[in-house]
Amino acid sequence: MIALSPRSLDEAVRHLADDPALVPVAGCTDLMVRGPEALHRMDRVLDLLGLPELRGICAVSEGLEIGAATTFTEIRHSAAIRAAFPALTAAAEQVGGWQIQNRGTLGGNLANASPAGDSLPVLLALDATVILAGPAGQREVRMDGFHTGYRKTALAPGEILVRIRLPHPPAGTVQAFRKVGTREAQAISKVVVALAGHVEGGRIAGIRLAAGSVAATPVRLRAAEAAILGSSPGLVTAERAGRTAAREVQPIDDVRSTADYRRFALERVVRRMVLGLT
Amino acid sequence: MNGIGASPPRPDGFAKVSGAARYLDDLSLPGMWHGATLRSPHAHARIRSIAWDAALAPDGAVCVTVGDLPGPNGVQLIDDGWPILAGAFTHHVGEPVALVAAPTRLAAQQALQAFTVTYEPLDAVLSLEAAEALPPLYQLGMDSGDVDAALARADLVVEGEYRTGHQEHIYIECNGMIASYAEDGALTVLGSMQCPYYVQKALTHALGLADEQVRVRATTVGGGFGGKEDFPSAIALHAALLARACGRPVKLVYDRHEDIVCTSKRHPTLVRHRTGVTRDGRLAALDIEILMDGGAYTTLSSVVLSRALLHSFGPYRCADVRIRARALRTHTAPNSAFRGFGAPQVEFAIERQMDRIAHRLGLDPLEIRLRNAVAPGDRLPTGQILDAGTSALPCLEEVARRTRFRERRQELEAARARRAAEGDEDQNGAEPRRGIGLSLYFHGAGFTGNGERMMKSPVTARLLPDGRIEVLTAMTDMGQGCSAVFPQIAAAAGGLLPEDVTFAEPDTAEVPDSGPTVASRTTMIVGGLIARVTAALRDRVLEGLPGHTVRDGWIESPAGRVERFRDAARRLRAEHGPVELTLRHEPPAWQTFDETTYRGAAYPTYAWGADVVEVEVDPDTLAVRPLQVTAVCEVGRAIHPTLCAGQIEGGTLQALGWALLEEMKLEDGRYLNDRLATYVIPTILDSPRIDVHLLESHRDGGGPFGGPFGAKGVGELPMDGGAPAVAQAIENATGIGVPAIPATPERLLAWQRAGQTPGGVR
Ligand SMILES: Cc1cc2nc3c(=O)[nH]c(=O)nc-3n(C[C@H](O)[C@H](O)[C@H](O)COP(=O)(O)OP(=O)(O)OC[C@H]3O[C@@H](n4cnc5c(N)ncnc54)[C@H](O)[C@@H]3O)c2cc1C
Repeated sequence: MIALSPRSLDEAVRHLADDPALVPVAGCTDLMVRGPEALHRMDRVLDLLGLPELRGICAVSEGLEIGAATTFTEIRHSAAIRAAFPALTAAAEQVGGWQIQNRGTLGGNLANASPAGDSLPVLLALDATVILAGPAGQREVRMDGFHTGYRKTALAPGEILVRIRLPHPPAGTVQAFRKVGTREAQAISKVVVALAGHVEGGRIAGIRLAAGSVAATPVRLRAAEAAILGSSPGLVTAERAGRTAAREVQPIDDVRSTADYRRFALERVVRRMVLGLT
Repeated sequence: MNGIGASPPRPDGFAKVSGAARYLDDLSLPGMWHGATLRSPHAHARIRSIAWDAALAPDGAVCVTVGDLPGPNGVQLIDDGWPILAGAFTHHVGEPVALVAAPTRLAAQQALQAFTVTYEPLDAVLSLEAAEALPPLYQLGMDSGDVDAALARADLVVEGEYRTGHQEHIYIECNGMIASYAEDGALTVLGSMQCPYYVQKALTHALGLADEQVRVRATTVGGGFGGKEDFPSAIALHAALLARACGRPVKLVYDRHEDIVCTSKRHPTLVRHRTGVTRDGRLAALDIEILMDGGAYTTLSSVVLSRALLHSFGPYRCADVRIRARALRTHTAPNSAFRGFGAPQVEFAIERQMDRIAHRLGLDPLEIRLRNAVAPGDRLPTGQILDAGTSALPCLEEVARRTRFRERRQELEAARARRAAEGDEDQNGAEPRRGIGLSLYFHGAGFTGNGERMMKSPVTARLLPDGRIEVLTAMTDMGQGCSAVFPQIAAAAGGLLPEDVTFAEPDTAEVPDSGPTVASRTTMIVGGLIARVTAALRDRVLEGLPGHTVRDGWIESPAGRVERFRDAARRLRAEHGPVELTLRHEPPAWQTFDETTYRGAAYPTYAWGADVVEVEVDPDTLAVRPLQVTAVCEVGRAIHPTLCAGQIEGGTLQALGWALLEEMKLEDGRYLNDRLATYVIPTILDSPRIDVHLLESHRDGGGPFGGPFGAKGVGELPMDGGAPAVAQAIENATGIGVPAIPATPERLLAWQRAGQTPGGVR
């Protein structure tokens, strides 16, 4: 196996343009578990961890930018993220176990595009923007448009995911994250839900709800959002949100769970989260 | 501090935690090649043809198919009905069809592509229900008294059906073997195993070799749990066949995926109970039907079924009992030995049935057990009269006292009633529902029935030239700790210091066939022999010194210390040449068992236990979290209390994993959870606090049977109690009936919707 370790984003983009078979790798926590056959096919890799443009967490005028190669451990320990985006901190704390958090990156989670990726509903709920770089330069994609189908993304061939931008949430925003996994750690989500919302004058003035493992991609729960926007918070509203959410998703039976259970857990978790909106 | 009841450091511990220990896959022999196995993708098919295109195989790879077998196509266990390679038919997904060897592991994997197999798929039997109508692999029955009359007389008849699923062993080290032939045709096999002599017998049987031509050596074993009882024999045969074909040593090691796909699992089981009870909650009749999924071949199912039958009535008194037990044949990989060996499944069922009876009668789970638990002098349904060490009641009373079981259960019930009275409990917060559950269990120690009498296991001790005693047994330390416990036993029995005794590695060229490392027999049976043979060899050294004894490694006369035992032993060895003694195990004369009627003393003694588990259940996800387990176990005598408690903690956690998380799903006979990402076992964060309290009946004189210093077998006991206790706790927390395990949130939801309650379906 050949591993290229470029020192800059430009160099990395050039390598990818020269050699379309080159596989970009970050923490390798997804790649290494694809099985021996897949590993043997992957004979040339491009190491992204050394690219300064993909690292670090920094404040920008609109909010906060997180490098794609930032690990979940770094996210967990970031005071800036904890202060402004506690739902992301919570997600980072529940990815895999410590070993996986030490290696796994936010960009890898996005690019791997599993519908069960834990950070993805959070990024949807927090209205993230994804910054990509390719031979034609950089471009921005809204998180809503990044996952285009089952394990498909808006990344064009030769493109690298560079940064993730989170806008400042409106004052008084409540955030919530809930992972329903197969066990307490090292668990892939059966259902994962995130919420960001705020209440003004006794009404829900803004709400973004998103979920994973309930459809082919991570999804915004738009019907549930619409069903409660402008309502007064409380049990009736929360139950409406849960019921609507359970109706608008298309979960499946698989080796981890059942469609029935996923709908049930989604309904209950959404209801519980909306009950927390005050 | 090495005496009986002390907990000296285990001799294998440092090498294991520091990474110095060498497991099979760390070993390499000069010129060694690697093997790989071609497996059936079908649950049931006729094999029309197997073709091998040498041109497609890299690096001169060689292959072995069923036509290349030099002898009978069977892995010798109880019988040899389990094929080494599939013959005209394949009977389960993952069944070995052909083998290859090549210079590297990767080349061996690639060489599998050189095979073309034509299968004609056939209908497959894939569930217990479908198998029930077909002839079983094996069946057994036991009758005591008149069940029909007792049922007719009973105040109440309660029925129940309880199911348990597959369980995969997940030993840390996967199965693997290295085979090599010497120029004179002698075969040596190294590997990870529980039973070196099982492997040797399978090799001599299938390869037509004499005992002296086959040497089997156990390497450091990274866990077994029964998964290295019978399966290593098959892998050893595969490695040996490949070594024979390519003329070089061959290593055959499974990765985790292959290990899960093709090795044996715990038998999925369905138990049907019909129980007659009196109004005051005493068992009047037990009518029990046991169905176990044996998979495609019998392997050890007949003996697993036997142990299941003999534990299906639980630690309870009942005179009128009928048991019918069948191991059924399905087109899935053979299910076989797993810690507990059939007992955990049937004890789950009887414990659930006791709970259901208690619920119907309005008794609490403690009360129904107190009223029915066996005591010394009682008879089991088999007619066995129970010994003075029968400790069901002491375990139950102690666990109830330590956990304040009754008060705690009432507190939780009061809290639940309060929440219900306050209206929608959901609105009042997301706090989890708490519940508490209790179980009572027992485990027959040592081989079932006449097994030990037939084997008459030998253990040898001899003097080394330096005056130490070397003890030779075939037992392997798979992590359970016999390498720590055996020296304690030998030193204490001989009056020696630990450094005066050494133990030979399990190697069939050196050690006698002291039987397999299974059935909770290692400390109790083989340990007992070690005590006797060490004492006998000591007495040999003391010959001609009347009135002398050995203490702390010194020979003492009534006047005081004479000389070091080792000095005297060295002299004797120098003057006499080899000094060696072999003793054989002889079960107590009173322990007789009729294998046709299933009446008599099936085990020399039983170990006892009672668990209390407290859980919380998430109201939104129905996820169950065990918070605290209290296990009170009566083990006769804890030779090494730390390791003994470790067995109980580990077994309890393994039982909780089986009860809550571990679900093997099948599709067309294929396991869907065929890797660790999907076959979910507990992590440390899923582990409750486990408090272990050991009771030791040896203090009260033990029973008529004593293992060394009164010790009973303990390895499997803790696997029996966790599942029923946690099921009861879930019912207590949620009101949802739990007739099966694993009690996953998905199943709890389905049961809730289907109206399952602790009393049965509403
Ligand atoms: C034991 C275990 C437990 C896990 N538990 C969880 C969990 O609880 N929750 C969860 O969400 N995930 C989990 N995962 C999956 C994985 O850890 C995460 O998806 C992680 O975020 C992947 O990041 P990585 O840097 O390791 O990605 P890699 O494996 O390096 O890459 C993954 C994919 O993304 C591509 N890629 C990576 N970075 C970029 C980039 N900057 N630009 C373009 N393409 C890129 C790679 O080419 C590859 O296709 C687990 C994995 C394991 C092995």
